[in-house]
Amino acid sequence: MPALLRIGRTLRRTLLQAIPTILGIVILNFFLLQLAPGDAADVMAGEAGSATAESMAALRSRFGLDNPVLVQLGHYLNNLAHFSLGFSPRYGMPVADLIAQRLPGTLTLMATALVIAILLGVVLGSLMATFAGRIPDRLLSIFSLLFYSIPSFWIGLMLIVFFSVKLGWLPSGGAGTIGSRLTGLPAILDKARYMVLPATSLALFYVAIYARLTRASMLEVKNQDFVRTAYAKGLTPFGVTARHILRNALIPITTMAGMHIGGMLGGAVVVETVYSWPGLGRLAFEAVMGRDFTVLLGILLLSSLLVIIANAAVDIIHAWLDPRIGAR
Amino acid sequence: MAALLQVDNLTIRFPRAEPVRNLSFEINQGETLAIVGESGSGKSLTALALMQLLPRAAQIPNGRIAFGEQDLTKLNARGMRQLRGRDIAMIFQEPMTSLNPVMTIGRQIAEVLKVHEKLSSKAARERAIELLKLVRIPAPEKRVDDYPHQLSGGMRQRVMIAIAVACKPKLLIADEPTTALDVTIQAQVLDLLDTLRRELQMAVVLITHDLGVVAQWADKVVVMYAGRKVEQALPDDLFNDPLHPYTRGLLAASPRLKHDFHYRDGALTEIPGSIVSAVGETGCPFRPRCNQARASCGHHVPQLIVPAADRLVACPFTTSSKAVPHAAALSH
Repeated sequence: MPALLRIGRTLRRTLLQAIPTILGIVILNFFLLQLAPGDAADVMAGEAGSATAESMAALRSRFGLDNPVLVQLGHYLNNLAHFSLGFSPRYGMPVADLIAQRLPGTLTLMATALVIAILLGVVLGSLMATFAGRIPDRLLSIFSLLFYSIPSFWIGLMLIVFFSVKLGWLPSGGAGTIGSRLTGLPAILDKARYMVLPATSLALFYVAIYARLTRASMLEVKNQDFVRTAYAKGLTPFGVTARHILRNALIPITTMAGMHIGGMLGGAVVVETVYSWPGLGRLAFEAVMGRDFTVLLGILLLSSLLVIIANAAVDIIHAWLDPRIGAR
Repeated sequence: MAALLQVDNLTIRFPRAEPVRNLSFEINQGETLAIVGESGSGKSLTALALMQLLPRAAQIPNGRIAFGEQDLTKLNARGMRQLRGRDIAMIFQEPMTSLNPVMTIGRQIAEVLKVHEKLSSKAARERAIELLKLVRIPAPEKRVDDYPHQLSGGMRQRVMIAIAVACKPKLLIADEPTTALDVTIQAQVLDLLDTLRRELQMAVVLITHDLGVVAQWADKVVVMYAGRKVEQALPDDLFNDPLHPYTRGLLAASPRLKHDFHYRDGALTEIPGSIVSAVGETGCPFRPRCNQARASCGHHVPQLIVPAADRLVACPFTTSSKAVPHAAALSH
């Protein structure tokens, strides 16, 4: 299959490029974090309310914070080479375990939000393109502008007010019913109920982007000659849109979606805070406040990996969507 | 025999212009009708009107396009869809952009068969391979899975032809099918079209600005200028004895028809001015560029007259070039 060959070639190129990228990200982040005032010992001492210079020095030497910066970097890279993300002084546990606890929550939240955003965005964008310049297009344009400009924390709060407080349909926070001991399908349904509001608040901003992008992209493709050919074959307008316009219009959307995966992690910080969702975003936020740089570095490393994987996925999707891309 | 397609007084109107006015012609089964004219004469819009694929802004305020029993201007969207691709098919000028770049050519051919003949995917693919063979594409079993970018312009136009003839249409509209192709490929593609026309007994509307094409392949020629038919004749009559001053100008500006002509022998003649001058012209649209124009030409649009059997011309002052020396008809 030439399609598989194309995809394989794309994948190999992406993987080879990923290694230096990740190394660069780790080193750059490490130095950036050194610029922040204070360290974990300062925060812990501050929270304890009283600390002597000796106890702080002891803390620092225990976590290796008293070493010169380059030595600390060397230690960190050495750890990484042994596939360890280091130890969190604040949580008192290995960073890898800490992240492993929180990663699934964030990944499901992001994936759900992205799927909602793309599906809804493409459907709405197609509608807008079909009715371009007429009432449905105008109305949807207003809504997409609204969602584009409203900050996600406010949407989150309003959704809670409406669906949790007024209507009482959906839980206002958390990731599952505590102590419910459900298994199998009921457990998944229970989780899904908790997922609806946070995923929606995270998705709405992106729905607006994809809807507008789909609209523009479809209107552009619509005027191309091969669309006229498709009509000349006697296809229905729906057939032409689904089989000829949409696939060509999807290419810029996948590009944007890939770029958004990194950005979504940032959005997740806010949404996870609003919905007390136990995810990576909140962990990152807490790590910054606690100057817990090992945890933060671990999260940054992981999110850069995520972005690289997302980019590879986009490359693969492109190679599949557009046969001309693999031919380079 | 009733005509396969009969166009009566077709007018195409845009909000600010009427690019086609009171155009009438007819075409019989198995016949090739050439519509000739320069860019902007309305010939491509006429083709799109036959397919009912005009841009949204365009209207057909009057006129009839009778195809068999049906008037295409009155047919609803569904009825028209059933005709498109099955009874009336069209190939376009730009083979480079007329195929979907993300779909294999096999699937693009199969699509039209699935829509109209309700073939299964497998059967449609088999037919697509046969059709590729029919349009003389080498190794069709392999080529069927190629994407358009893997094919040359001439091959792509063959694929377009395969799509167009897939359901054995009664009428094929070819809108400048060879304009974008190399000269060596042009003749091959036109030969192919002509062969298929005979094999499938299709009527062909060949839209072109290339008079060489007309001479070789047409059974009947309509010359258009600024949205109007200015002359209609059999090709031999047209080339031997052009009647309308515009047709004479066109022939004089065409190098291929004089076999011994070489560019060193002198410059080709040209028709002065441009078709834009027809805009807002109250009388004969060709008057600003015509070397035989008289005062009365500005009064009203000349009616088509019948100077001889099988001929029509929209100029009251024209006489056979046998009487008027040919060189005098050429403008400088």
